[in-house]
Amino acid sequence: MSNKNIRDQIINNTRNKSNIFERMIPVILLLITSVSILATIGILVTLLSESFEFFSRVPITEFLTSATWQPYVGDGEWGIWALIMGTLKIVAIAVIFAVPIGLGAAIYLSEYASDRVRRIIKPILEVLAGIPTVVYGFFAINFVNPILQGIYSGFGLYNAVSAGIVVGIMIIPMIASLSEDAMSSVPTAMREGSLGMGATRLETAIRVVIPAAFSGIVASFVLAISRAIGETMIVSIAAGSMPNASFDVTEPLQTMTGFIVQITSGDAAFGTDLYYSLFAVGMMLFIMTLLMNVIASWFTKRFKEEY
Amino acid sequence: MAELKTKIKQNTQEQSVEKSPIIQEEKEVVFQSKNFNLWYGDNHALQDINLTFHENDINAIIGPSGCGKSTFVKSLNRMTELVPIVRTEGDIDFRGDDIFKSGMSVEELRTRVGMVFQKPNPFPKSIYDNVAYGPRVHGIKKKAVLDQIVEKSLRSASIWDEVKDRLTDNAYGLSGGQQQRICIARALAVEPEVILMDEPTSALDPISTTKIEDLMQELKKDYSIIIVTHNMQQAARVSDRTSFFYQGYVVESDDTNVIFENPSDKRTEDYVSGRFG
Ligand SMILES: Nc1ncnc2c1ncn2[C@@H]1O[C@H](COP(=O)(O)OP(=O)(O)OP(=O)(O)O)[C@@H](O)[C@H]1O
Ligand SMILES: [Mg+2]
Repeated sequence: MSNKNIRDQIINNTRNKSNIFERMIPVILLLITSVSILATIGILVTLLSESFEFFSRVPITEFLTSATWQPYVGDGEWGIWALIMGTLKIVAIAVIFAVPIGLGAAIYLSEYASDRVRRIIKPILEVLAGIPTVVYGFFAINFVNPILQGIYSGFGLYNAVSAGIVVGIMIIPMIASLSEDAMSSVPTAMREGSLGMGATRLETAIRVVIPAAFSGIVASFVLAISRAIGETMIVSIAAGSMPNASFDVTEPLQTMTGFIVQITSGDAAFGTDLYYSLFAVGMMLFIMTLLMNVIASWFTKRFKEEY
Repeated sequence: MAELKTKIKQNTQEQSVEKSPIIQEEKEVVFQSKNFNLWYGDNHALQDINLTFHENDINAIIGPSGCGKSTFVKSLNRMTELVPIVRTEGDIDFRGDDIFKSGMSVEELRTRVGMVFQKPNPFPKSIYDNVAYGPRVHGIKKKAVLDQIVEKSLRSASIWDEVKDRLTDNAYGLSGGQQQRICIARALAVEPEVILMDEPTSALDPISTTKIEDLMQELKKDYSIIIVTHNMQQAARVSDRTSFFYQGYVVESDDTNVIFENPSDKRTEDYVSGRFG
């Protein structure tokens, strides 16, 4: 008797459940999701329209082909290559420095370290990732640069190498931590397969684990490089503010982000060429990051080992 | 049960035809464990194991779940070392050399003693790269030589015909039984002397199982095989010698027909006849 009552009750409850609410759920979730998409679209539209204004004043050919960026001289010379080269130098140095170390740390943590060591080191890495970049900037000027100057006296106070290395240090934890996650998720059975054939741990890491974790590792590089491209504080403090397209890494330079922060914190009057140039440079930054993501996703598709 | 007995009879007859006592005596010892003990932390998983395995034999290891079969087999190529809490005592000799002695290279041991795991574990690479993996790791680079090794190994694992037209496909696109035979081919590619198999057919259908059992009969001409199995019929069908493990001990180890027809221990008899386990 009581059983029957419970059954009736359950059935009744099921019928009474508000269907409208259930149907609303996806709509609500969609709206929430749209917020971030709308924000992106908003930013893009602003960037695009203000860039158009800029290119109505400055020929796009000059922007894309000239290697001189001199906004203050006369009518100004607007060759983005000077800033792109600045960014590329910093990113290249950072990547050269951070990828081997980050990947090495990831291999150590996932393939060699005991659980105890891993449990101690991983949180430290994550703390490192949270240090404010302004601190890194001073670290570059006050610690890294004197060492560099000790090695080679040609280094100026502001140069690409000290800033690049410190940007590298900043992104190491990201590469190490995310790559380690990717490598740790490779099934143990695969490692056993390799070790069981007489391969060493290192051979196993390089030939089996890294290829199997490749997409995750590349994703960590992409995120890290995106951060390096977008990094502003370190380069503003330690790389100087002298746009130039040279390959000389001992000289000061200016990155795209460095330029944006210099102008926005200074006095770019609304409606001037200088003001609109900010958006064109911002657009360029956006395109660079996008391009890198596209390349990376092609790269992972091409080399990913699926299991 | 009656069926099993007949099978065993057939098996025994075949065996008596196959090997005369003289050949049996000439067979070289491959592995010998002497008072081997193993602990996982406080868990005494293997206790005083004394076993001898001969060349060109198929040795079955049977016993209820958790009795230490896998642990023992993994000790033979020192895979147990990968578990940090493992501690061992006693010796295991491989062709007369203690595998735990300091001069012994674990890479060499694992190259000479191949292993096939319970679950097929191919690498997420092409079929070709899977089989060529071992030779490449051990320094063979010439394409022509690798091609030869790959074909030979795939043929020995009787899967060549099924995959010869798609060697560049990912091994994960194959069926479970095919994957397991790829793993066997991968193990054969470095020409080991012994092949350890930990329940190699437990994840496979009867047809794939039969294929792998037939394959083992082929392989025993050139290799010694040590196979863990839960399948009594399989042990009776394929093996020459059988060891019965129980709660970390070896209860009995003898010719397979003795273990199945005339065991000296009551527990062995109960286990092989399916009364417990
Ligand atoms: N990695 C490990 N860490 C700790 N204990 C383990 C580990 N592997 C096995 N053991 C323990 O060792 C004992 C023997 O396990 P083992 O896997 O060798 O049994 P088995 O005979 O192969 O069983 P099954 O037939 O289920 O595969 C069990 O008590 C098990 O809990
Ligand atoms: Mg087992």
